[in-house]
Amino acid sequence: MSAAEFILSGMLAAATPFLLAALGELVVERSGVLNLGLEGIMAFAAAIAFIVVYQGGGHMLAFGVAAIAGAALAMVFGVLVLTFRANQVAAGLAIGILGLGLSSLVGKPYESLTITGLPKLALPGLSSLPVVGGLFVQDAAVWLSLIATAAIWYMFRATKLGLTIRAVGENPHAAHAIGTPVIALRAAAIAFGGAMSGVAGAYASTVYTPLWADGMIAGRGWIALALVVFGTWMTGRVFFGACLFGALSLAELTAQAAGVGLPSQLLASLPYLVTILILGIISSDRRRMRLNAVASLGEPFET
Amino acid sequence: MRYRLIRRDHASTRAAVIAPLAALVLAMATSAVLFAIIGVAPGAATYALLVEPLADWGSLSEVLLKMGPLLLIAQGLAIGFRARIFNIGAEGQLILGAIFASAIPVYFPTAAGWWIWPAMMVMGALGGALWAAIPAFWRARLNANEILVTLMLSLVATQVLNYLLLGPWKDPAGFNFPQSVMFQWDAMLPVLFPGTRVNISFLFALVATLAAFVYMQRSFQGYQLLVGGLAPRAAGYAGFEESRAIWLSLLIGGAAAGLAGAAEVAGPIGQLQRSVSTGYGYAAIIVAYLGGLHPVGILFSSFLMALLYIGGDSAMVTAGLPVAAVRTVQGLLLVFYLGGLTFIRYCLVAVEPAGKPV
Repeated sequence: MSAAEFILSGMLAAATPFLLAALGELVVERSGVLNLGLEGIMAFAAAIAFIVVYQGGGHMLAFGVAAIAGAALAMVFGVLVLTFRANQVAAGLAIGILGLGLSSLVGKPYESLTITGLPKLALPGLSSLPVVGGLFVQDAAVWLSLIATAAIWYMFRATKLGLTIRAVGENPHAAHAIGTPVIALRAAAIAFGGAMSGVAGAYASTVYTPLWADGMIAGRGWIALALVVFGTWMTGRVFFGACLFGALSLAELTAQAAGVGLPSQLLASLPYLVTILILGIISSDRRRMRLNAVASLGEPFET
Repeated sequence: MRYRLIRRDHASTRAAVIAPLAALVLAMATSAVLFAIIGVAPGAATYALLVEPLADWGSLSEVLLKMGPLLLIAQGLAIGFRARIFNIGAEGQLILGAIFASAIPVYFPTAAGWWIWPAMMVMGALGGALWAAIPAFWRARLNANEILVTLMLSLVATQVLNYLLLGPWKDPAGFNFPQSVMFQWDAMLPVLFPGTRVNISFLFALVATLAAFVYMQRSFQGYQLLVGGLAPRAAGYAGFEESRAIWLSLLIGGAAAGLAGAAEVAGPIGQLQRSVSTGYGYAAIIVAYLGGLHPVGILFSSFLMALLYIGGDSAMVTAGLPVAAVRTVQGLLLVFYLGGLTFIRYCLVAVEPAGKPV
């Protein structure tokens, strides 16, 4: 298998944790709330999901429990910022720190243990194509995350719910004036975002690398946050961003295996350096950022 | 009967004092339940966390040793947080400070003289400030979110540290451990209290506290930063430049974190190794908020946080509490504090179902 084929076939699986977390955060930010706690929520749910699979509960149950755990932790953030009108940056960081702590705490007895992942499902026909065939052999969770991407894209593009979420994010006071329950909608968005981060964490710990190691989320929650900015709050662009980072993490593995003359630490920092670089390039287009950014992002809502 | 939060006419000073104390009580109560769930005796663990470190001068001095860097970093961060410049990459700035400071003893291992440790401190502050200059440039010139850039740079800094310790700076006589040479005597900070490990960097932190107090409460520049955070538009109309606030906040925060990193390698550690990064940079974010972003409040919160660190060590020994539990307690502390903070500006009022105040 050539390096290109390796990257192409593994890209979507590597992208899935980024994608799911970023999609959830996209919905949250579109409603006007910034949840910086993704990393911690992912880590906490990843530990819970690993434990469920290790104890014989199976992947289906693990994903469900991880979604609930993620949503529950996100709702702690929700109560802080919606009920208590706390600073969203501080509250997000608090949840992030709490999630990482809880993750180490509950995961400790499982350190370095392994489980089995999910089988790959091939799309008949397409999967036997040369070179790109590997793209169509993925596990069930990847297929479902692609469906979720399409569903969220459709929701924002063509449904009343999508429009309402955007209205709440752009101008909560106007939305409130026409009778939209702003706080309830934001709470639902936060819970949804938490559940998505939870599933993202579960995918990372039970499918992508089915073993438990403390700190295994390794900055993916932060990159997911950056992806929402890269994607200028658009579903399609967030998807491409996630694929880019999936491919990048595989390219790093390929380069390490091939023994290119670069220190491994430089390769390991590559995703972060690329994030910083792209963030600078995209953000410097101030006009486009203003056009797409969510107007009330980070602002508490008071009637 | 329902309850609603109503904005107060004046911020409540009483609530400002009660909030952190209530947060401590609630966080410890929640932690006790968590400890019981994971099979650790809650009473013994709580006692070990909060009381044991104060029992004798030896362990109290260790609390002060931990308090120094937390206090120093948090004072720097709080200046930025009040101006709404969110530098969450103090960990990386600390690492770069440690690296810059270590350059002197690593390249001049036999140099002697009174000037060595002071020069290392200057290098440390410089290293931290340079690392923070990257997000400052990214935010001020490229409009990029400083939260993400500072965090990403911390992850990069860890890799830079690993590279140096596994490669060019590895001690040739160090049995292949990822650490630099042991520093010479003149590279070490003088001890403040004989018989303990507390060194004069504790004084740096106290001086930084005083400086932060004067800067934020008394100087015009501090006032400009504060207005920029509270009312960005008003600051704009008054001609306070946002880019200056960005540069000042990040450079001050970076220099403070870098200095703390330099003091770690020239103090308790005595060489450059991975353990220089133990999460002080992240914990200092909690310290800054828990202290109400106020220089005096931070003095107390840094002591509390240091107490939890040392208490965590003793709880591990005496009550079998995992190290991660301390991070959970820290997270809970901030969660409850942010909830309690609301009551400084709001009060809870009972309302009739119709929504009218009773």
